[in-house]
Amino acid sequence: MAAYEIEIILNRQLADCLSIPVFITDTAGNLIFYNEAAEPVLGKRFEDTGEMPVEEWSTIFKPFDNNGNPMAPEELPLVKTLTEQYPYHKSFQIVSLKGEKQPISVTSYPIISRSEEFVGAVAIFWKQKLK
Amino acid sequence: MKIKLWGVRGSIPTTGPDTEKYGGNTSCATVAYGDSLLVLDGGTGIRPVSGMASSYKRIDILLTHLHLDHIQGLGFFSPLFDPSKEIHIWGPASGSQSLFSRISRYLSPPLFPVLLRDVPCKLELHDVSNTFFDIGPFRIQSGYIIHPGPTVGYRIIREKLVFTYMPDHEPALGSHGMINDPKWVSGYDLAEQADILLHDSQYTKEEYIIRRGWGHSSIYDAGLFAEITSAKHTLFAHHDPSHSDKFLEEMLALFKSGSKVSVGLAQEGSEIELV
Repeated sequence: MAAYEIEIILNRQLADCLSIPVFITDTAGNLIFYNEAAEPVLGKRFEDTGEMPVEEWSTIFKPFDNNGNPMAPEELPLVKTLTEQYPYHKSFQIVSLKGEKQPISVTSYPIISRSEEFVGAVAIFWKQKLK
Repeated sequence: MKIKLWGVRGSIPTTGPDTEKYGGNTSCATVAYGDSLLVLDGGTGIRPVSGMASSYKRIDILLTHLHLDHIQGLGFFSPLFDPSKEIHIWGPASGSQSLFSRISRYLSPPLFPVLLRDVPCKLELHDVSNTFFDIGPFRIQSGYIIHPGPTVGYRIIREKLVFTYMPDHEPALGSHGMINDPKWVSGYDLAEQADILLHDSQYTKEEYIIRRGWGHSSIYDAGLFAEITSAKHTLFAHHDPSHSDKFLEEMLALFKSGSKVSVGLAQEGSEIELV
């Protein structure tokens, strides 16, 4: 069995220490880890689901722009990071598991290993502060 | 293939009656088969390897990383100064500087009188990352492992025999320690079912708590790593300079009381024939 690159492993170890939701994917967008803070966002526990294929976890979120229009997947920061191997940040809204629209900001970045290979991506979900 | 351990002490050479049994020289091991000689790391243990190396035309030095306890002996390895020798130095690639330029920081004034570029042997340097390469009868896998700065471990394969060398490794770095899933364990591929695994076990469980992030393992985590990777026999190495022979044996006894993994203490001067 091949282990993940240490850059992926260390990102998971870091995510595990954080109180903000963090999602880690492989280069194809398959969800290979999400931390405890991300579990309420997904409505699932990592211990229960394990890794999730991109087709499965990408349908959980229903993103809308700040005007209330549905967003195409290619507009999402993580999708752009996976495509372009470049960091992105965007504020938008997602429909929560309770059916409520929730404003969030997402920061995504590619994991470029010491060997200068693109080995995965990370998305951090920030709750927008109420003004 | 014959494995010999020439230095198993961590951090700094440690001499004296308290460390006589397991040895005070820093990291170095050799793996020999036929007319091929691999030298793993160039800590102070490499100096006496000079004698053994005199009968080899080509010598390959595989460095896990460039911390001083792994390169300090390089300048005292006499084949470097023999024009008839062909020496290859393999070491972890860094994103910024070549292996040559990084080793040259040590092998140059004011730290050392002779410049690396001036050594008279036929010298070739190879930057390695997550890769496979062949040296004589050996197939070698190198892979980055968790330790500060670019650091690799080596899996040395001859036919079906495997010796894995990772004297500096902290796979348990994280808030909850090592993740008990092979896919998420640093160095797993290198150590999986190795016949002999030489692994970092510098600290006691208690010492590790206050030295987390320094790049080393507790004996407990080294044992857990051996268990996860199903290594057949593990040699605990990189002994802390403050640990006497007696203390090391007490650490081992305590570990063995709670584990069924086949383990022992790496001992300077010991030899293992893998057949």
